[in-house]
Amino acid sequence: MRRGIAATALVAAMALAATACGGDDGGSGDKKSGGHLSGTVTYWDTSNDAEKGTYKELALGFEKKHPDVKVNYVNVPFGEALAKFKNAAGSGGSGAPDVLRTEVAWTQDLANIGYLAPLDGTPALADQSDYLPKALAGAKFKGKTYAVPQVIDTLGLFYNKKMLKDAGVQPPKDWTELKAAAKKIKEKTGKTGLYLRGDDAYWYLPFIYGEGGDLLDTGAKKVTIDDEPGIKAFAAARDLVTSKAAETDATDGWDNMQNAIKNGDVAMTINGPWAIEDTLAGKAFKDKSNLGVVPVPAGSKGQGAPQGGQNLTVYAGSKNLDASYAFAQYMSSPEVQAKTTEKLSLLPTRTSVYSNKTVAANPNVKFFKAAVDKAVERPWIPEGNSLFQAILVQFPGVLTGKTSPEKAANAVGDAYRKLLKGDWK
Amino acid sequence: MAVDTSPAMDPAAGAKGARGRGGRVHKPGTPPPRRIRNALARHWYAWAMVAPVVLVIGLIIGYPLVRGVYLSLTDANEANVERTIGINHIPATYKTVGLDNFRAILKDQVFWDRLSWTVTWTVSCVALTFAIGLGLAVLLNRRFAGRTLYRSLLILPWAVPAFVSVFAWRLLYNEKNGILNKVLHGGGIDAVPWLNDPTMAKVSVIAVNIWLGVPFMLVALLGGLQSIPGELYEAAEMDGASPWQRFRHITLPGLRSVSSTVILLSTIWTFNMFPVIFLLTRGGPGDSTEILVTYAYRLSFVNSPRDFAGASAWGVLILLILMLFAVIYRRSLRKQGEVW
Repeated sequence: MRRGIAATALVAAMALAATACGGDDGGSGDKKSGGHLSGTVTYWDTSNDAEKGTYKELALGFEKKHPDVKVNYVNVPFGEALAKFKNAAGSGGSGAPDVLRTEVAWTQDLANIGYLAPLDGTPALADQSDYLPKALAGAKFKGKTYAVPQVIDTLGLFYNKKMLKDAGVQPPKDWTELKAAAKKIKEKTGKTGLYLRGDDAYWYLPFIYGEGGDLLDTGAKKVTIDDEPGIKAFAAARDLVTSKAAETDATDGWDNMQNAIKNGDVAMTINGPWAIEDTLAGKAFKDKSNLGVVPVPAGSKGQGAPQGGQNLTVYAGSKNLDASYAFAQYMSSPEVQAKTTEKLSLLPTRTSVYSNKTVAANPNVKFFKAAVDKAVERPWIPEGNSLFQAILVQFPGVLTGKTSPEKAANAVGDAYRKLLKGDWK
Repeated sequence: MAVDTSPAMDPAAGAKGARGRGGRVHKPGTPPPRRIRNALARHWYAWAMVAPVVLVIGLIIGYPLVRGVYLSLTDANEANVERTIGINHIPATYKTVGLDNFRAILKDQVFWDRLSWTVTWTVSCVALTFAIGLGLAVLLNRRFAGRTLYRSLLILPWAVPAFVSVFAWRLLYNEKNGILNKVLHGGGIDAVPWLNDPTMAKVSVIAVNIWLGVPFMLVALLGGLQSIPGELYEAAEMDGASPWQRFRHITLPGLRSVSSTVILLSTIWTFNMFPVIFLLTRGGPGDSTEILVTYAYRLSFVNSPRDFAGASAWGVLILLILMLFAVIYRRSLRKQGEVW
């Protein structure tokens, strides 16, 4: 009930458009030629708390190679970064970073609205052929490349080896096995089998891929989430929660999930390489080898997990494009990628890095590389990131048994048609 | 500059023309610049003082308002408005679509669902906040030991920034690790899904908003209570009026001018109470606690490309609803003989 906030909310509702469409006329005509780089590069990193120390150190390493360039490292929480970047970039450019770490699904969105500099032919993409084709596919939009792949990832099933052993079960290969395993875990240890995030739509994807479906068919411009597989996917996820094989939350899902697995309150979670470092910090994993990772359980049609990852993009309005290109190249260079793998078990996007000894020996990399090779590419369209919103509206209701899978799938399909407009069916 | 100063000039000319009796009849051939110049010369300091306010209001409220109304009649979004981002220049390609946005919104069930919850949320928050605020104000209006201490303690929620309070509440509400459930567990009660069940989430957001809103009501009503002359109560007591009768026939009418204002204000604030809902539940679980403004926010800031036209249309509708409410509310007050 504070007046300032109330007034802000009222004005904001009316004013959002006005502030967001101010143009920026400050061009960057002062491109310096020659190989010597100077100036400042502001880098917005979105890595999580367990990762950011390593990333900061690596980013500042750029200063050693180019003593006249100052790197301004800023850690922006992942959940806020996209909106924050859009606000800064759209309103004239002051305050926007030169280089942004973007989730793969943001790349096309930002390229579509003209905020990114195309990187083909710039030093940033000097050795394009070295990148994994899948990683590079997520960096392209309308025939141009707008990002340098930094890390690639997918989801896997994390499990507490000791708890599964105590319950006498093997890591489950599909959802039916998981249910059976969870039941035994409950009987033997009194703990819940799986923590399933209900507040993030990314966690719905393994279910729909497992049923042989997808959100959209971008080739035929058709919404497919409300077809049979999409409905079955909601039903499968719901079954896990209503049968008590899994627990979930509609808010604070990340924290609750990590607390649960770290403290040994649940035996399994579905998560990606970005969570390895954080999970290992928990008391249940004092012995690091206690953490096991297997592919996400399969559905009725087979196993499938989404391909994710992070890219490095250069802001089109950057005043220091040359240094920004060089910085993006450096942050995805073989030596930096090898270091992030060594310290954080993140997956490189360059084929050459996988032959590096420490990288090749890392069991998590071994596992996740195989998983990434099989992972399902997401629709690389500007609305890619918004697709999650509609699922998220339905997901908690489905998981707690309040919404029927059919109703949820239809609602998401309708929302997609509204979002995509045009000739989408 | 020119745009912003001219509205300030026009009313001046109009007011002068209406007031000055002799100036009523204008001769077409003789324009009034001399009179305006005279008026300006005489009252220049007034205009000089008003100018910054007019300028600032025009800039931060007038312009966005007009722009918002305009955008609500187009199909503008983040991808088709004009902008130059360094090396990229994108021309404007959006066009006017008339009332299409409004038609689409009013046909959409989402709008009516959000509106009905927004109304429920506003009415329950304002009614309960007012009732609790009034009760506490009456209690604190007596003389007793430690009154000042109680008063300052009750103002505390008002002193903490809203987002800090809301985050604190979010920690309390956490189903697995929150203090509320830990306390209930100690009492042998099962964990309550405060923010994870649609109904409980609605109750929870209302509770937090009441907690935030009571201090304002309390202060305003306490001020109102203190302006009611004590003799009225004494006289009523002499006549044998019961406490309830005194409350109904002296306190409530005496508070009317204060309470009608705070109810109007708090209705408008609660209707647009973005931070409580957004920070506590993000509109969830699902969209069960989403009010009109948080939905407009979702359209313009969460979905990509940002839908400026759609969000502006929602904004215009919200404004219209609130204006309609204010007009009806004023009418009903005037009927009761309230001059406001």
